[in-house]
Amino acid sequence: MTTDVIEQDSHDEHHDSEHDHKMTGIKRWLYTTNHKDIGTLYLWFAFIMFLTGGALAMVIRAELFQPGLQLVEPDFFNQLTTVHGLIMVFGAIMPAFTGFANWMLPMMVGAPDMALPRMNNWSFWILPFAFAILLGSFFMESGAPNFGWTFYAPLSTTYSNGSTAFFVFAVHIMGISSIMGAINIVVTIMNMRAPGMTYMKMPLFVWTFFITAYLLIAVMPVLAGVVTMLLTDTYFGTSFFDAAGGGDPVMFQHIFWFFGHPEVYIMILPAFGIVSTIIPAFSRKKLFGYSSMVYATSSIALLSFIVWAHHMFTTGMPLFGELFFMYCTMLIAVPTGVKVFNWVATMWRGSLTFETPMLFSIAFVILFTIGGFSGLMLAMTPVDFQYHDTYFVVAHFHYVLVTGSLFSIYAGAYFWLPKWTGNMYNDSLSKWHFWCSLISVNLLFFPMHFLGLAGMPRRIPDYALQFADFNKWVSIGGFAFGLSQLIFLAVVIKCIRGGEKAPAKPWDGAIGLEWTVASPAPYHTFSTPPPQADIDNADQHEH
Amino acid sequence: MTEKEPNNNSNDFEKKQNNKTVRKLLLVVIAMFGFGFALVPLYDVFCDITGLNGKTNTTAVDYEANGVDKSRLVKVQFITRNAKGIPWKFEPVLNEISVHPGEMKVVSFYAKNNGPQDIIGQAVPSVSPGLAANYFHKIECFCFTQQPLKASEDVEMALQFYVDLDLPKDINTLTLSYTLYDITEKSS
Repeated sequence: MTTDVIEQDSHDEHHDSEHDHKMTGIKRWLYTTNHKDIGTLYLWFAFIMFLTGGALAMVIRAELFQPGLQLVEPDFFNQLTTVHGLIMVFGAIMPAFTGFANWMLPMMVGAPDMALPRMNNWSFWILPFAFAILLGSFFMESGAPNFGWTFYAPLSTTYSNGSTAFFVFAVHIMGISSIMGAINIVVTIMNMRAPGMTYMKMPLFVWTFFITAYLLIAVMPVLAGVVTMLLTDTYFGTSFFDAAGGGDPVMFQHIFWFFGHPEVYIMILPAFGIVSTIIPAFSRKKLFGYSSMVYATSSIALLSFIVWAHHMFTTGMPLFGELFFMYCTMLIAVPTGVKVFNWVATMWRGSLTFETPMLFSIAFVILFTIGGFSGLMLAMTPVDFQYHDTYFVVAHFHYVLVTGSLFSIYAGAYFWLPKWTGNMYNDSLSKWHFWCSLISVNLLFFPMHFLGLAGMPRRIPDYALQFADFNKWVSIGGFAFGLSQLIFLAVVIKCIRGGEKAPAKPWDGAIGLEWTVASPAPYHTFSTPPPQADIDNADQHEH
Repeated sequence: MTEKEPNNNSNDFEKKQNNKTVRKLLLVVIAMFGFGFALVPLYDVFCDITGLNGKTNTTAVDYEANGVDKSRLVKVQFITRNAKGIPWKFEPVLNEISVHPGEMKVVSFYAKNNGPQDIIGQAVPSVSPGLAANYFHKIECFCFTQQPLKASEDVEMALQFYVDLDLPKDINTLTLSYTLYDITEKSS
């Protein structure tokens, strides 16, 4: 069966080159409507943004290496933290996941392409403009946004340095891009699945992207709304967030976090999907509790809409509100716990091997759980009053976003690189990347917990002397982590250029339709739907 | 440049199906964009009903307490603060008074424009603890209207209020805070 598909697909590729279907040079990338090309564009864009945001973080850590003001002015420091956050959230993590979606979803559901290929091209190609606007504001007289990635009013309205308009337009474009990408994902999954692939037979990867896309469709418009209010407050005299005109600055936080909390799940649910694909493959077992994983993901998504005010415990909420949001937040630990349990149970008594994707996935499970625990601590209203706006929060969200989302992206990249490039990556270099990242990332973020507990506030360019030692270690970890990511760049470039040829299925425990096509995946796959037997083989249920 | 699909029959059906789904999803997008803006009035209504957020009544109410609860004394404190850029002296004449629930009181606030320009000011009140806001009734307040002051003009402004008889037993101190804003540009 498998060989039939491969033969047929390679025939397709042949067919293309005959008709000169693939354009050459820059036009291929500008005009492409091919999901694999667009996936590649997204992934490269995300990696470039990751290095850009990382470079900003390196300046932040250099400034914080010792107390006192050495390298940058406080105002510029604020611009660094703001743009670092915006770039990593909207420029690195989210586009990387969209890249995975583009590359893998059509292959995983046995579809020839994404449902809306031209919109797909458009949703990618507006992104570089958004970030050109955002980064361009660094070179303007007023400077880049300096009000934090959360852009609280009135910092971003009354006290803005003049960058608000550029910021707002950049966010609008990012939002439009995300919404189009999400619509494409939903339509693809709902309408393009191969005959015979029912919803409960979809790989969990597909499920998590499906749910994430719904979250995006629900909350990105709210973000667009709140930045529009910000724009009119700043430049057109409205008073949404201005108490003088009858508005309320606290309302900004409510609307922002109504978007902001689902947003953090937008950045972690796809990670769950990637890890749920990789751990079974290298445990040589089916995923433990597939259905419970689907329900857990859905419950996390639903709960994410009723917990937003846990970011606002210190704004003077009444006790009832604090309790409500505290309990709802803690409730999220239940479905998340189900997931962690299932990953561990998948590994239990499996015949494990530790290829690089598996190493990143196991690190994900452990370190994401640490981030989850610190999140539980932050969820408790009484202690949140101490942790609020300290480095403890910084430690928490970097554990879930760096050792969570980013590690899952690395795991996925190593897992599918052979499928994308047709070559195996350099194994020892990839192990160097993993171990250097693992050690340095913990040196970078773990001491931040202690700094936060000791009272060091976030977003400050200078600090009291008692924080000096920990900050030095954190900065050293930061530089080491930053440099380690260049190893990944080297691995990817080497892998694209050559290396041991990858078979159609390089991982013996892997299941999924993407492994039934050749490596590298032909330009067009599944022009005819895959046979039912392949779909049944790709089923992640335990039998 | 359209993709070549081998089976064109199912393609048309698929396109129709896709367009249908896209239309539905776009509706959700538009609805959620609207919802973002609907949160603004919803927020106000929610705060009004629950008295959260320390927002007091913005229009005058009539005095309608059934007697005075002489057994209780509630401390009412007054704080004032100027928003950035308004050169007024603005302060309460009395910093704090004790009242019985149900008892009507009049206090006054002093404001003087120390700047060289004529300015229209607007005081925005807030009560702490927030839950007490629904039990603090203003019969007359300078915060209901805008206050124009010519350069170096001064004024004494009245606040007439009473504290509700049903004020929860655990609240013994109310703090009423006024922030003064320069709204000259906005009101012109």
